[in-house]
Amino acid sequence: MQPMSSPVPRPFAPRERTRSGAPTVLVVGNPNAGKTTIFNRLTGLSQKVGNYPGVTVEKKEGERAIDGLTMRFVDLPGTYSLAAHSPDEMVAVDVLLGHQEGEPGPDLVLQIVDASNLERNLYLLSQVLELGVPVVVALNMMDIARARGIAIDAAGLSRRLGVPVVPVEGHRGRGMAELERSIARALRSPAGGRAAGAGAPPAACREPADVAGSDGPVSPPRPGAFPLDAGMEARLARLHDELAPAFEKARGRGLHSFEVLRAVVDRGGLAERRLSDALGAGCLERIEAVRRGAGGSTPLPALEARLRYAWVRQHLDGCVSRHGGPGVTWSERIDRVLTHRFLGLTIFAALMLLVFQSIFAWARPIMDAIDGAFAALGGGVEALLPEGALRSLLSDGVIAGVGMVVVFLPQILILFFFIGLLEDCGYMARAAFLMDKVMQKCGLSGKSFIPMLSGFACAVPGIMATRVIEDRRDRFATILVTPLMSCSARLPVYAIFIGTFIPRRDVIPGVLGLQAFTLFALYGLGITTAVAMAWLFRKTLLRGAKAPFVLELPSYKWPSVRGVLLRLYDRARAFLLRAGTTILAIAIVVWALAYFPRSPEIGAEIREERERILREAPEGAEMQALLAALEAREGGAYLRDSFFGRAGQAVEPVFRPLGWDWRISMAALASFPAREVIVATLGTIFGLGGEAGEESQALRDSLRRAAWPDSDPAMGGAPLFSVPAALSIMVFFALCCQCGATVATIRRETSSWGWAWFAFGYMTVLAYAGALVTYQVGMMF
Amino acid sequence: MPTMNGHQLTLKDLQPGDEARVLRCSGDGAVFQRLCEMGFVEGAPLRMVRYAPFGDPVEVELSHYHLSLRKAEAGMIEVERRAGEG
Repeated sequence: MQPMSSPVPRPFAPRERTRSGAPTVLVVGNPNAGKTTIFNRLTGLSQKVGNYPGVTVEKKEGERAIDGLTMRFVDLPGTYSLAAHSPDEMVAVDVLLGHQEGEPGPDLVLQIVDASNLERNLYLLSQVLELGVPVVVALNMMDIARARGIAIDAAGLSRRLGVPVVPVEGHRGRGMAELERSIARALRSPAGGRAAGAGAPPAACREPADVAGSDGPVSPPRPGAFPLDAGMEARLARLHDELAPAFEKARGRGLHSFEVLRAVVDRGGLAERRLSDALGAGCLERIEAVRRGAGGSTPLPALEARLRYAWVRQHLDGCVSRHGGPGVTWSERIDRVLTHRFLGLTIFAALMLLVFQSIFAWARPIMDAIDGAFAALGGGVEALLPEGALRSLLSDGVIAGVGMVVVFLPQILILFFFIGLLEDCGYMARAAFLMDKVMQKCGLSGKSFIPMLSGFACAVPGIMATRVIEDRRDRFATILVTPLMSCSARLPVYAIFIGTFIPRRDVIPGVLGLQAFTLFALYGLGITTAVAMAWLFRKTLLRGAKAPFVLELPSYKWPSVRGVLLRLYDRARAFLLRAGTTILAIAIVVWALAYFPRSPEIGAEIREERERILREAPEGAEMQALLAALEAREGGAYLRDSFFGRAGQAVEPVFRPLGWDWRISMAALASFPAREVIVATLGTIFGLGGEAGEESQALRDSLRRAAWPDSDPAMGGAPLFSVPAALSIMVFFALCCQCGATVATIRRETSSWGWAWFAFGYMTVLAYAGALVTYQVGMMF
Repeated sequence: MPTMNGHQLTLKDLQPGDEARVLRCSGDGAVFQRLCEMGFVEGAPLRMVRYAPFGDPVEVELSHYHLSLRKAEAGMIEVERRAGEG
């Protein structure tokens, strides 16, 4: 291979420092290489979690001082390669090249490498080395490699690669001190850390003469691991020179030669798309011409892989030895059971049942305790403050709203505890492996199974759990349909309407009652709709090729308690800060709509009535009862008069075909923050006060007694709730997205209000249509 | 098995326990590139480990690590049996 004058990456430019002036260390590596574990070890609780703008990739960073040098660590999403085919994958490339908005670009790359699988892990390293950024390699999972009989000469590898290579065991913290020292040393060294390790700069910036002194085969100068022939290199360089000025004009930044390389190799990839976006479709022809120039029968991506793997093998040869032969590993023994046709599926079902049961049932007492605590707090505030808007805002708006946020924590924590364990030990990939065929039927992959299952307990953690799905279309389809699973917040709604209006009859005598059957049918409705909608979305809105299901099945290992706990902390904080604030805002707006305008006429009327009772009613129990009834009526009167009440009356014609009057319409509207609120709203509106729960006999009685107003031309005097009307309400709630927390979480997870409102919109349309059909068909019998 | 004569053997055709070597990947686009990057390159040794309980996807051991891929993807990988094995 001839040395290339070009396209050598432009010299590693001095970059703007972060506000604190701390140098930036990017943590890069393959999925399952233990990247997050090491990132956690390095940063501890100082982590900040956010999103990169416009994509769904999570941005994690944390600061840490090592040897008196404060540095900023940024955890990049795990990736196998820098060939990006989606905007999410492009983030890693952009951050590495310093093109990502709000990211100053790296002063050092810390590449985490799985020592038990060096070949594939060094593939990414071969690309990273070409960027011209100083690199330190952490050789992680040395213990697993040792157990497999793999011996690695880290010092030799370091000399060959020309960068420091530090053996570590991330989950036990072994070798971390040495790794930290290497990072600090690399950052401190005069060339900004580039001349680290054995004194040689990384392959990318090295002239051939520089490598003297290293032993063994040495890396050639760039293109190093991907040596295209001279003609091809010249064409690439020419293309870069042709495109760079126009690109700089259009985008206000330079064009990196690596981007040009990627645009040429990754046909249909992000780099190509970005060039054609900036320079017009005309440049595609030029890119295509360079591809044609490559000639040969091997497509460029295959050529790249072959050459890079050859480079990797050449560098590993002599530094890595395997003894003990390819005996059966214990990981393989475990897999014989866990992926077994019968045993494996049985264990999987049992595990899922356990997870489901724990978020569904075990979280309940904690959630009730939280509800109770916030109710008591609200009560306390009410007792302290004089009656009025402020008191109501604090107790019914703010405190109730915060309670509405906090109450999700038990389910989120429990689900992510299990997910953390399963993912950390390597089972998650097996779950996807087991379930993939089933999920393929609705156009998704096995990775969507657990998020959708969690949806039965609560859509919020389910949606948060979709982060394991790399493919954007699969992930968004899963996010959109997970709220269709009947969550635990729908149960109170089902409970009160089934208990009140569905007769206690048997469908199958002694086995299945009509009430249980109705509940079962509502769950079934949610599942079938979710499957159908997922399929539909993947065919329409999120149309596209099936995502590749090329999934690494990592060796099993003991989960790290520290890692699991850190993740819990991380999830909880992300939810409280990002989704929680939105939920609180929604709760306060809804409170205001249900509180104001607070007409003085109603106040005067109630006062008059109270005085009349105090004047005329006999003292004692009877008077107390009358006063209590009046107070309950007061709530109903204000609510009817509130903006929501008025809205309910205005939209009654819309909901009329569902068999609803304005009171039900209003209660449905007001339940936007959370579905179960409808029970309390109905309690208030039927004059029982807001404390009536779904078990309340009084509420059930008054629902049964409720009638259409006599003045109503069509229904005058008829009972308000018939069986079809009750079914129509339940179907509506089964399918609707009346849950502010879900909307806020979708917004957070997709980084877009558009998707959040789309989810709300399509579910509301489904719910309306479902309720309409239910009522109209029901009325035929 | 729709293999043997006149038909190029692919990874999809292997039975659990079969050992083989990659000849090449066919196709193009993102999936093809991902397969190359994951190590399905000419000469790479592999072993079909198992089929998932419902028959798809499959688990393969490739150059000392395990990965799962769907049969549709396995069909893109042309292989030859390793001499004296499979």
